[in-house]
Amino acid sequence: MIQISNLTKGFGDRQILKGVSLNIEEGSVVSIIGGSGSGKSTFSKCLIRLWEPDGGKIVVDELDITHIADEFKLAAVRRNFGYLFQEGALFDSSSVAENVTFGLKYLTDIPASEYRRIATEKLALVGLQNVEDMRPSELSGGMRKRVALARAIAAEPKYIIYDEPTSGLDPIMSDIINDLVLDMKSKIGVTSIVITHDMKSAYKISDTIVMLYEGQFIMAGSPDEFRKTANPYVRQFVDGSSRGPIKMKLRDF
Amino acid sequence: MTGKLVNLLGKKVITASAGLGSVVQMVMSSVFWLFHAKIEWRQTFIQCMRIGVNSLPVTILTSCFTGMVLALQTGSTMKSIFNEPLFVGSIVSFALVKELSPVLTAYVIAGRAGAAITAEIGTMEVTDQIDALYTLGTNPIRFLVIPRYIASIIMIPLLTVFASFCGVLGGFLVAVLKLDVANETFYSDIFTYMRVTDFMHGFIKSFLFAFMIATVSCYMGLTTRGGAEGVGKSTTRAVVVSMVMILVIDYFASAALIAIGI
Repeated sequence: MIQISNLTKGFGDRQILKGVSLNIEEGSVVSIIGGSGSGKSTFSKCLIRLWEPDGGKIVVDELDITHIADEFKLAAVRRNFGYLFQEGALFDSSSVAENVTFGLKYLTDIPASEYRRIATEKLALVGLQNVEDMRPSELSGGMRKRVALARAIAAEPKYIIYDEPTSGLDPIMSDIINDLVLDMKSKIGVTSIVITHDMKSAYKISDTIVMLYEGQFIMAGSPDEFRKTANPYVRQFVDGSSRGPIKMKLRDF
Repeated sequence: MTGKLVNLLGKKVITASAGLGSVVQMVMSSVFWLFHAKIEWRQTFIQCMRIGVNSLPVTILTSCFTGMVLALQTGSTMKSIFNEPLFVGSIVSFALVKELSPVLTAYVIAGRAGAAITAEIGTMEVTDQIDALYTLGTNPIRFLVIPRYIASIIMIPLLTVFASFCGVLGGFLVAVLKLDVANETFYSDIFTYMRVTDFMHGFIKSFLFAFMIATVSCYMGLTTRGGAEGVGKSTTRAVVVSMVMILVIDYFASAALIAIGI
């Protein structure tokens, strides 16, 4: 279980997270929704200490990880997490198989002779075959996302963070990714934290949806509660309307 | 007006100090991980190939032509003063071994391999690949920086030695074929005056250049921000800083080495 309380993070004068609190139950899928620049990715990066939070507390499986300074202890905490980056963050100079098994050397004691088999197995789990020797640059956007997902689950983490898993994908590929998220839950039993602004995806995969607006969680609830909410901010966002209390900051050209 | 100037100056000093602090932190972190984790030998080998082997042709060309032009200029000047191309071997070999080979090799590596290091790490930074390293159980110092340090510190001094040899060979060809210097005269010009410490003078400096190029290139890569434009800016900055630092280090290192008799 992950408990986040009063988490704050800013860059210079800009306060991105203004004291957010959230409990993530084991085996659940929690989607964090919000507009572009609302701090969703900042939240997810603070969660595994890729970025240092300014304040608050993060407890993972009863261990307070907020102030761990020792690199080895921090690496041990991160071992529990798989992270699917927005653009995949695959290593261009390595093959698909090398990408998928990259973390095994550092995160597990599995012998290198097993890596190829594991790569094939994890790639099959995300619906990819015969791509082991290809380079990431030879893959389509959807395939890259799936390879990145295979890499995130290769070391069989307890938690997976998906940062915008469906952004930039066509609707069919988005739904395939949604099914993969649900598969990860049912087949491996992982806890998923999904950062998204794709409401169709959030409704389909989530046990709980949380909305981040101006650095604070303004609503947490089930997909049904989000569908029926009268909160004007949430309503505007889930309906995808330009009219409402949320004013987007447009750049002047 | 004065207040604004002081303010601006203060900001620049603070930024420079913070940058210097970050560089020191990166170096300290590299030393820590060098002794606390397994060295990435595969990555180190790849970097040795990129920094050393792939830079060999341009290093040969640069040093060979430098030696040739140095012999030509020395010989023709000596001829106009003394009517004989005197000390061509000594001047060419001393200039190359102590000064030109280390500096020119460092320049070639800074422009070629240093820029590539910054561009590669910078691209990894802006595409989340550096963060990915943390989530996969390692970190950029261990996986990227240390192999580049080791490869630079092994390959740049080796290239420098090679450059010295090629430069002297180029000078020899011009001296013998164009200036009509006898083979034996060229050899004796070199071996009568040159000592091992003269060779060590250039060799030691090449280690300092290697360390500096790896530090600047990796640091500029890791601190890249702002997409493709940021990568371009970091790469340019890395090359410019490296080239200026090569000359600064060259003077102070030469002064220190001369002071201790090397």
